[in-house]
Amino acid sequence: MDSNFEALGAALPRILDGVWITLQLTVGGALLAMLIAVTLGLLARQENILVRGFARAIIEFFRGTSLVVQLFWFFFVLPQLGVELDAMFVGILALGLNYGAYAAEVVRGSINSVPQGQWEATTALSMTSAQRMRRVIFPQAWALMIPSLSNLLIHLLKGTAIVSFITMADLTFRVDQLRIDTDTFFAYTVGLIIYFVLAYILTLVMNMLEVQAKHRLGRGESLREALSLRSPDTGVDAGEGARS
Amino acid sequence: MAAPNGAVPAIEFRDVQKRFGDTVVLDGLNFTVAKGDRVTLIGPSGSGKTTILRLVMTLEDLTDGYIFIDGEPLTHAEVDGERVELKPKHKTEIRKRIGMVFQQFNLFPNMTVIENIIEAPVHVLGMSKEDAIEKARGLLDQVGLADKEDAHPLELSGGQQQRVAIARALAMDPEILLLDEVTSALDPEIVGEVLGILKDVAESTDITMLIVTHEMQFARDVSNRILMFDGGRIVEEGTPEEFFTNPKEQRTRDFLQAVVADPITGALPWQPAPGASGTPAAPATPTTPSTTSTTTQDGDPL
Repeated sequence: MDSNFEALGAALPRILDGVWITLQLTVGGALLAMLIAVTLGLLARQENILVRGFARAIIEFFRGTSLVVQLFWFFFVLPQLGVELDAMFVGILALGLNYGAYAAEVVRGSINSVPQGQWEATTALSMTSAQRMRRVIFPQAWALMIPSLSNLLIHLLKGTAIVSFITMADLTFRVDQLRIDTDTFFAYTVGLIIYFVLAYILTLVMNMLEVQAKHRLGRGESLREALSLRSPDTGVDAGEGARS
Repeated sequence: MAAPNGAVPAIEFRDVQKRFGDTVVLDGLNFTVAKGDRVTLIGPSGSGKTTILRLVMTLEDLTDGYIFIDGEPLTHAEVDGERVELKPKHKTEIRKRIGMVFQQFNLFPNMTVIENIIEAPVHVLGMSKEDAIEKARGLLDQVGLADKEDAHPLELSGGQQQRVAIARALAMDPEILLLDEVTSALDPEIVGEVLGILKDVAESTDITMLIVTHEMQFARDVSNRILMFDGGRIVEEGTPEEFFTNPKEQRTRDFLQAVVADPITGALPWQPAPGASGTPAAPATPTTPSTTSTTTQDGDPL
């Protein structure tokens, strides 16, 4: 067993390189997914049938095809068509498109869940549809969509493991390498623990975003209060804390 | 029902029809509201009163007919005998003259009280932020909430939220203010404070008001015209004096009897109950006694 830990110590720099690749894919994929989700989510609500149809087609296509096959297609088929893409780029693209399509439904659903009265109030104040979305509806929808997005983000992190298929030395690849110097049980257990820690950190970050988003709507304590150990203040004090 | 002296009315409904599916809510409705008028629409639920306000605010599309604001078509115009829908931009321009206060307040929870009030003046009217804040503070003072400017809407009581909503609507300097059952979602003891503020607004400005309310005392105090609706049609109209003391139509009498008469004595709240004193009226209006003399039994339909 001791030799396992010695081997782990020796492999640590390579494992950290793998964690770094996995994190780059996760963050890059999440940012692209969010961009795609908001764009498609908004387009899928348009009255124009062509615009809506376009958005729906993209959403259904990328939700309905396997992530692995998409990845292979971008990485092995595109070069045959003369388009050579960097592995990291392909990884982020496939993850972004796939999870973006799922998240687009979350964005669309959350926007539709903002109460009718809020939309009507913006009309009564003569706001344009862009002002309405940016300043009133989206900030409220954001608080509603965070729990589902947080779920998808964890899926995305775990989904990055398949990029080892396209020659990338991510965490899964490095864990697999560790097997050579240790044993299968040890190496994959280390892999489970590292993925769990990463996922848990992402969960904590998303929980903080949710606390903050709810606090902005006047519900619940501020992030600072949530993180501090002192007893929660009253709602009015919480409101004042947000301004300072 | 034409506006007096040929002046351009603030609001004109011309042959307005509104259907929801197969249900006809308004069928060929015609009426005008003169500038500075305070018109209250009363009638049973489903009689189309709220739909009228929502049509003026362009929250609903009218099925047929025309609405004019200051003589200008709101959503549709007649061009060469054809009914043509106007551009969204045109609707937005006209809509800027109209403000609305809702039953459920509809404040933006992602903004503080003062942000709610300055939002549209700054981003829609292009007012400077400093000017908008100064104006908003004046309005908050007017509605008695000067100390709440940094509160979040959900930290306020219903009555306070509605007062902010009134300030928010007034911050746009509307020529026309639509009040849609503004006290229906409030606890009875808070209704008076909100109505008191609206009474002040009515007395201190010349804003045209179109009001839907079940508070008959408020309708009587604020409006100069009452329209009684039933089944999407105007059953009766008149000044509050005529209307409440001597309604002509049986339908109106039945309605008033049902909504405002004292359940025990059968008296209307602005009339001293015969033989009884101190019995509160059914709706919790501030029961300031009417300035009119007590109506005789003959004049009283009840």
